[in-house]
Amino acid sequence: MSGTDVARGEQRVSVPRPRLSRRRLLVAGGGLAVGAALAACGSNTGRGGNAQTGGPALSQWYHQYGEPGVEQAVRRYASEYRKTPVDVQWRPGDYDQQTAAALLTDSGPDVFESPGPTLDQIQGGQVVDLTDVISAAQSDFNPTVLGPKTYQGKVYGIPQTIDMQMLYYRKSLLAKAGVQPPSTLDQLVAAARALTTDETKGLFLGNDGGAGVLGGVPLWAAGLELVTADGTVGFDDPAAATALGKLHTLYAEKSLLLGAPSDWSDPAAFIQGLTAMQWTGLWALPQISTALGDDFGVLPFPPDGPRGRPSVPVGAYASSVSARSKRISEAKDSEAKDSEAKDYVKWLWVDRTDFQEDFALSYGFHIPARTSLAQRAAPLRSGAAADAVRFSTEYGHANPLLWTPRSSTALQDAISRIISGGADPSAQLASLVTTVSAELARVRK
Amino acid sequence: MLTRLLGPQRRHLWFWIFTGPFVIGLVVFSYIPLLWSITLSFFDARNTVTPTHFAGFANYVRVLTDPAFIQSLGTFALFALVVVPATYALSLSLALLVSQLGWGRAFFRSVFFLPTACSYVVAALIWKMSIFSGVRFGLANTVLGWFGAAPVAWLSTTQPPWYWLVIISVRLWLQAGFFLVLFLAGLQRIPRTLYEAAAVDGAQPGWQTFRYITFPQLRTTSVAVVLLLVINAFQAFDEFYNLLSSSRGYPPYARPPLVYLYYVALGQGQDLGVGSAGAVVLALIIAVATVMQARWFGLGRKEP
Repeated sequence: MSGTDVARGEQRVSVPRPRLSRRRLLVAGGGLAVGAALAACGSNTGRGGNAQTGGPALSQWYHQYGEPGVEQAVRRYASEYRKTPVDVQWRPGDYDQQTAAALLTDSGPDVFESPGPTLDQIQGGQVVDLTDVISAAQSDFNPTVLGPKTYQGKVYGIPQTIDMQMLYYRKSLLAKAGVQPPSTLDQLVAAARALTTDETKGLFLGNDGGAGVLGGVPLWAAGLELVTADGTVGFDDPAAATALGKLHTLYAEKSLLLGAPSDWSDPAAFIQGLTAMQWTGLWALPQISTALGDDFGVLPFPPDGPRGRPSVPVGAYASSVSARSKRISEAKDSEAKDSEAKDYVKWLWVDRTDFQEDFALSYGFHIPARTSLAQRAAPLRSGAAADAVRFSTEYGHANPLLWTPRSSTALQDAISRIISGGADPSAQLASLVTTVSAELARVRK
Repeated sequence: MLTRLLGPQRRHLWFWIFTGPFVIGLVVFSYIPLLWSITLSFFDARNTVTPTHFAGFANYVRVLTDPAFIQSLGTFALFALVVVPATYALSLSLALLVSQLGWGRAFFRSVFFLPTACSYVVAALIWKMSIFSGVRFGLANTVLGWFGAAPVAWLSTTQPPWYWLVIISVRLWLQAGFFLVLFLAGLQRIPRTLYEAAAVDGAQPGWQTFRYITFPQLRTTSVAVVLLLVINAFQAFDEFYNLLSSSRGYPPYARPPLVYLYYVALGQGQDLGVGSAGAVVLALIIAVATVMQARWFGLGRKEP
């Protein structure tokens, strides 16, 4: 579930072509034609019928999880569904882009997971209302992560598992420098300065200095919101500029690790001792605890200013049903087919709590989206994991649904200019408020 | 009637058999997407390629008033202004050196050409992770360390903009060899007799010969090289994306137009209307630049 950097983009490889004579070209062409004809005789098209029921299989998409065993697990869950055959597709690469493109066509998935669904997908009618699917258990789902899946009172995605990020620190390094675990942003800045030596940097917030990963975190820590309850800009306040200015201090004092071989989502820099503190995900906890034993602790992002409160970002991948899957348009009675996909989502992500527990806890390290499951999960009841659960319950914030990619890019650009460019925080925030207000006005209408 | 249609010796039939597939490919993969993109640019097309809400010039206004887009054009202009002359000078000087070698010419030609066969993605990753890694054991920082300098975070430092060093050097490494080969071919076309005549007339070998014989004789090669270099610069995407993007997006600096459009239209945004408007603006700029360049160099004029 960690956001791994994927080398995307077209590869431009210049390969010397073998010399082809005209005859060999024709022979090869003929071979291709024969091959194509043979392939056409085959019946395995990947989404074809199923011998048992005769009906077409529901197609379900997952992004490629990094942890071993997840693919086998989701295929096992699907194979236990008796009503309809389910064809699970495991999709490596840029998953968000694949789903976004596939939802435009008739060959997309029937059921798919995503970090969204996005507001554009909901407003564009690309995903189906799942309120009746979740209704029986709605109060058991974590409200912070369910909120962004809800639009005008209707739920469009069933949260699968919760991910969160927090600050990891090396106890031994803090003790050596005589530093207490920071409980305010000022203390974090001072601690990072004190912990920086020739060999080790104080803090790692990602190779871009924190602009990418932090997002709304510093604003929440200053006691502000990204979007208010009535849908307006929630950070038009001098406290925002103060908090962001302190992030620039971290950069200017050279306390930040930059240009590490792997980015913030990977705990390698922390484990190798390149940094004394690192901001990374809950998913890194097993790896860190194996490598460092007890020599680490976790913290939320420390508060700043009089209204400040600690904050951690939480989010969930959710399961949604595509509104224009081929299944629906082929069927004469679209309601019936529509409900076939919805029935499956209800079965897997609402009814089968045993599968949900297995999915969240047996492979990687995530918090189940159901409060009842999170409370009784043994691995989450002690040590840093218990802290993480407490942080996400008490201090957890999710990006609101109205926080569109345009707003998020604008915030990220502003933070980047403030942190590494040394731009004036107030001026950056003023232009950010303009952009976000316009965007919020657009999506509210 | 049918024989008339087929033409003498069925030439019309054969004409279409041979050109048909390519015409179809051109229409399906170039002309239709082009026209579709122009159509999309006048619609409010979010997450759809069959929009219904006509938006007039709103998308064009959006993209032309977006400081990020204007900045991306500036980024491109700066990149082209540096990388085109730099590659030109580097590959020409390498070609001159290689052509004067008494032995091992084929060896050096191959060595310099090899990087052309390397993928932009792979090269960008090597530059990012090994050579210009920001930690103290990166190659560049190790060298700095020998002189007692502190490590530099090459790709995250905006003052001074060290990331340009990384971007320009990877592009130079990747493409200089290819243009070196073009220049070598050009050098071999220059008749020996010209040099002999120049020597008889008293031209000094070295700068004078280069200035008055070699360089003017390379004119056609130079025009082709500069045109190709500018087109390559317009296509700037791969190394920028792989050097600077992270799982959370792209920093606000060193963002060329294609990267900007990628994030607007193909990322989570899927704003195909604004993306298409930006693409049309960019296409117009490229068209104007190419026409002006062709005029300037007198492309297509008869050789004297």
